[in-house]
Amino acid sequence: MADRAIMKGNEALAEAALRAGCRFFSGYPITPQTEVLEYLSWRMNEVGGDMIQTEDELTGLHMLLGASLGGARVLSTSAGPGFALFHEGLSYLCECEAPSVLVDVQRLGGGCGGISASQGDYEEVVHGGGNGDSQYIVLTPASVQEEVDLVQEAYELAEKYRNPVVIMTDAIIGQMMEGVTLPDMKEHDINKFDWAYKPLGANDTHGIQKAGWPSTGYDVYGPYRLKKFKDMHDNEQRWENVQVKDADVVCVAYGISSRVCKEAVKKARAKGVKLGLIRLITAWPFPEKAFAEINPNVKGLLVVEMSLKGQMVPDVKLATKCNLPVYTYLSCDVVPDSDMVVETAEAIIAGTAEEV
Amino acid sequence: MATKTFKIPEALEGLGSHGCCQGCGHGIAARIIYEVIEEMGLTKNCIAFHDLACGSNMLYAQKYHGFSGAHGRAIPTATGFKRTRPDMLVFSYAGDGATYSIGMQHTVHTAMRDENITAIVINNTNFGMTGGQMSPTSLIGQKTTSSPAGRTKELNGNPVDVVKLYTDMDIAYLARGAVDSVPNINKTKNYIRKAFAKQMAGEGFSFVEILAPCPTNWGMTPAQSLERMQNEVFKKYELGEFIERSAK
Repeated sequence: MADRAIMKGNEALAEAALRAGCRFFSGYPITPQTEVLEYLSWRMNEVGGDMIQTEDELTGLHMLLGASLGGARVLSTSAGPGFALFHEGLSYLCECEAPSVLVDVQRLGGGCGGISASQGDYEEVVHGGGNGDSQYIVLTPASVQEEVDLVQEAYELAEKYRNPVVIMTDAIIGQMMEGVTLPDMKEHDINKFDWAYKPLGANDTHGIQKAGWPSTGYDVYGPYRLKKFKDMHDNEQRWENVQVKDADVVCVAYGISSRVCKEAVKKARAKGVKLGLIRLITAWPFPEKAFAEINPNVKGLLVVEMSLKGQMVPDVKLATKCNLPVYTYLSCDVVPDSDMVVETAEAIIAGTAEEV
Repeated sequence: MATKTFKIPEALEGLGSHGCCQGCGHGIAARIIYEVIEEMGLTKNCIAFHDLACGSNMLYAQKYHGFSGAHGRAIPTATGFKRTRPDMLVFSYAGDGATYSIGMQHTVHTAMRDENITAIVINNTNFGMTGGQMSPTSLIGQKTTSSPAGRTKELNGNPVDVVKLYTDMDIAYLARGAVDSVPNINKTKNYIRKAFAKQMAGEGFSFVEILAPCPTNWGMTPAQSLERMQNEVFKKYELGEFIERSAK
């Protein structure tokens, strides 16, 4: 029977991963994701899995690669500065088609930055992870329950496409406590994949020889991977549209910012301002299909993001083929304010806001 | 007169060249590793995690399970796999550059964790695949393409000796062999056997460094490169068994 609990986002994500059959974690402490590692340091043992606190984040991903090649469901988590060290491993996980789930609990700023919430890793995670045409699905939960639900889904997607999946969350979703429904514990069979390394039978005449380059050559592997990326792009777009059909202004946001926007939609509608919201659930593939539903006479799209640069803006412009004016409300190191969202929407309708 | 017939291990049967240069030590290392595996009856129950560069030539030198991952990461990748499939024989196979330079953190931390895998390191005192640059084990005075006047402590730092590095490590097994002569090849094979046996008995981390010639990048004939090993390399890097922990 499913369990109800009040849990921190990071701990709920960790528990949900175990319930999805994850039995291998390797990673390094970094605020604001450390609770995942701390939680698994005792809980993983209870379910008979392996948790290794590694010498750095980079090591964590190469251990994951080994465990995934053995057929296990695997997890590593980090925050921006550690995710920067993920890139080498991410590229190998993609190139070697090793299903895996990774998490970036975003924190503030470049370099060390700060440990408070921000959404400044969008470009790095969504468009930047790993050298050489690496690509993976990016899921963006906006609540503790969604952390639980999406980590389950992440394993299914990772195995469906034999590819890593990244959950991009933030310090607030990771740290806050909410009520959640946890799914039942599931056991994962490491022997169920024909591509995994396992002991050979007496009559086998050859084994698997795999490497960080395709044994088939890129003339075969290139089109194969492109098809995989296209399938992911076409089939895995996920979003939530809130009152977009009649909206004069549509917010585009994910994670903690999207929760504020949801509140802003209510506030705006209460005073007669037709505001709507496209909430991303996948950041890659970017939910282009979500934009088909919006009011054709919309005055503008409003990107609400806790960043300096408005990192999602190019994706919004591409999704609308640059046919709609795009505006921003960028709050960088503080949570966006719902009244400010409404004010900005009013300014867009009044024609006094500045396009980006 | 008794004769001895040379028999290729089944894992290496029917395969062509391993892709290495003439006089290279990798081929001998691969042969004795897979002889041991066959003698232990583990041919169908093992996997090699290769580094990149010359070590990755070994991926296709045998026909059963092998994986070649990122430069310097063979040891952690082997670790993740072994935790998932503890009943299989799992070993990493990498050079001195991978093990003591870009992957040095794994060389230290895997020993600290006393991980139940075997690391085999081919030490030829340079980066072979990229054309003979200085590596962490290049000797003082050794001329390489990135230390053209010879390695000096002032310019390049001192070389590292894993036997000294591991002085305080509580691991199952540490040995250093060489492939310069029949007696040393036989001793090295025995070290590999002990290392694998300890892993299969669950005794912890085993590490075998194998000194090997690199005539191409040393600018020598194969015969001269063996002389260099005996006259110079063995003086810096002592051969033998250094840690052999009794079974827990």
